[in-house]
Amino acid sequence: MKYAFYPGCVSRGAAPELYASTMEVAGRLGLELDYEPMKTASCTGSGVLQEKNQRLGDTLNARTFALAERSGLPLLVICSTCQGVMSQANKRLTSDPDYLASVNEDLAEEGLEYKGTIEPKHLMWAIIEDIGIDKLKAAVTRPLTGFKVAPFYGCYIVRPSSALDFDDNPERKDSLERVIEAVGAEVVDFDGKTACCGFPILTINQTASLTMVANHTGEAKHKGAMAMVTPCPLCHLNLDGYQPQASKLRRQEPIDLPIIHFPQMLGLAMGIDPQAMRLNKHIVSTTKLLSTMALTP
Amino acid sequence: MEVTLSVSRYDPDSERPETYYQEYGFDIDENATVLDGLIKVREEIDGSLALRCSCRSAICGSCAMRVNGQAMLACNTRLADVQPSNGGPVVVEPAGNMGLVKDLVVEFDLFWDKIRAVKPWLQPEGPEPEAEYLAPSEDMLHLSGVMSCIMCGACVSDCTVLEVDDNFLGPAALAKAYRFVADPRDGADNERLGELNEYGGVWDCTRCMQCVEVCPKDVAPMDRIMAMRDQAMEAGYTNTYGARHAMAFADSIEHSGTLDELRLPIKTFGIFNIKEMIKLAPVGIKAQLAGKRPPIFHKKTPGVENVRRLFEKTEKVENDK
Ligand code: SF4
Ligand code: SF4
Ligand code: SF4
Ligand code: FES
Repeated sequence: MKYAFYPGCVSRGAAPELYASTMEVAGRLGLELDYEPMKTASCTGSGVLQEKNQRLGDTLNARTFALAERSGLPLLVICSTCQGVMSQANKRLTSDPDYLASVNEDLAEEGLEYKGTIEPKHLMWAIIEDIGIDKLKAAVTRPLTGFKVAPFYGCYIVRPSSALDFDDNPERKDSLERVIEAVGAEVVDFDGKTACCGFPILTINQTASLTMVANHTGEAKHKGAMAMVTPCPLCHLNLDGYQPQASKLRRQEPIDLPIIHFPQMLGLAMGIDPQAMRLNKHIVSTTKLLSTMALTP
Repeated sequence: MEVTLSVSRYDPDSERPETYYQEYGFDIDENATVLDGLIKVREEIDGSLALRCSCRSAICGSCAMRVNGQAMLACNTRLADVQPSNGGPVVVEPAGNMGLVKDLVVEFDLFWDKIRAVKPWLQPEGPEPEAEYLAPSEDMLHLSGVMSCIMCGACVSDCTVLEVDDNFLGPAALAKAYRFVADPRDGADNERLGELNEYGGVWDCTRCMQCVEVCPKDVAPMDRIMAMRDQAMEAGYTNTYGARHAMAFADSIEHSGTLDELRLPIKTFGIFNIKEMIKLAPVGIKAQLAGKRPPIFHKKTPGVENVRRLFEKTEKVENDK
């Protein structure tokens, strides 16, 4: 299966582990990720740009969709935030022909037009909807038996459910759990799995943001999780990067819960070298986890 | 239809007041709502169950509670729609982020305090008109989206920031604030926006969309909060971390097509805000050690001139409005 591949800013910035692990697993899932059509695409705006100017955000996303359309390929993303922001923009654009036409006027100067045929899809959804769980299972060479992992979705891939077409694709609601089970690991269910990681207010209300980190990682750990897996690199930034500070805030022992990117989990189950997926580059060390599971980095 | 409810119980007057779950099984009509089920329990099985309701038609806003972990109006939710597929019970709990009174009844004092804090009344400007204040129907139509709030507290129940910081005004009060900020007859916009710019105001929202998801009246509180952020920046309130973050973000995309993470925190805090920079430093250093640091030279996306052109264009459209 071939996709126009939109890596997002974070996978090429502060979360290079996400990019590396995606590349590692793609081939084994029979995915061809074509970056060429997306080479000139901009950021989705991440919801922040939309605060200032929603139309601008929609126009930039329409431009990305038009680029994908021109390539004739479906559009693949690897970030919950990219997914949500794009889906919301797409809903606004495709449900209002006048709006789409006026946005297209702005795109015309560059010779682009968005016809409304793109459905941006996160790798996690693509595995279930396009690639097939069976194909994933077939690629698993080292089932993650005994690996207790807590799912953490990221707001934008679960809300608002209307923009994400949950009604037509009910399996999207528990897609992460489905994949965890498919790779042989055990789901540690906890209340915080669809909550907010707190990243957007990190610089604005740091205490609130860090409390969220402490609450979610602490709760998952308490329920017996050995790690947490997330399809969102921004959640990863907060839950991994700020976990030491969050632990301090609670004046407790280090929470010490490794946070794993979605494709890293797939890769571990495919026997890919953890170092090739930069699992040794996390803030919360994964060393102990990997040795417990006999997957030395 | 056979239904089992697992209801959260709490009685402050009992010997050991603590929350526990009690299961009630019964047979009920296919179209029955969660509220119908609870009333049946109270009338036929267990008269001690406390709950709040009145209209039974999603108008009065009394019956917001959590069903399977998410806030909703009990009278507006069909039992058949919330029956778990694994055959487990429907879990019914009181609304969150509010003090517990008894069973499913919660304390609304803080809710109303926050509504009051945004001065939810019209503050017109200039001399009083001879007859009524006139407002364009277009504007009132837009406002009707917010005015349909029934003060049920579902959004407050599930707001992720209120869970960790009760100083936050919260979605319902901020939606109410927008109702006046966006009212053409109100003359206190600037003051209002100034107050909403403070700690606990519009910038403390984490954009988690819980309030949008759970609101039974499509008020979309978060969208209103975002609108007020923009209005606050337009009105010149640009000296908050949040405002600087939003502006730096837009600037980065305009400049290079993508997000320049390395530059972002510095701009957000202001280059001279050493204290905040140091606060960030431990992670910065750790990130560097772990090799996570983004490339120092943020590369421009090829074709960024097209992105920049779209910035100019849409900004012009906005200004012409
Ligand atoms: S949401 Fe994140 S990774 Fe996705 S495009 Fe934007 S900033 Fe970049
Ligand atoms: S979007 Fe903002 S106001 Fe709404 S629930 Fe989330 S944090 Fe609260
Ligand atoms: S905004 Fe919606 S959820 Fe919040 S109090 Fe009003 S009606 Fe209820
Ligand atoms: S009983 Fe009035 S809103 Fe539910």
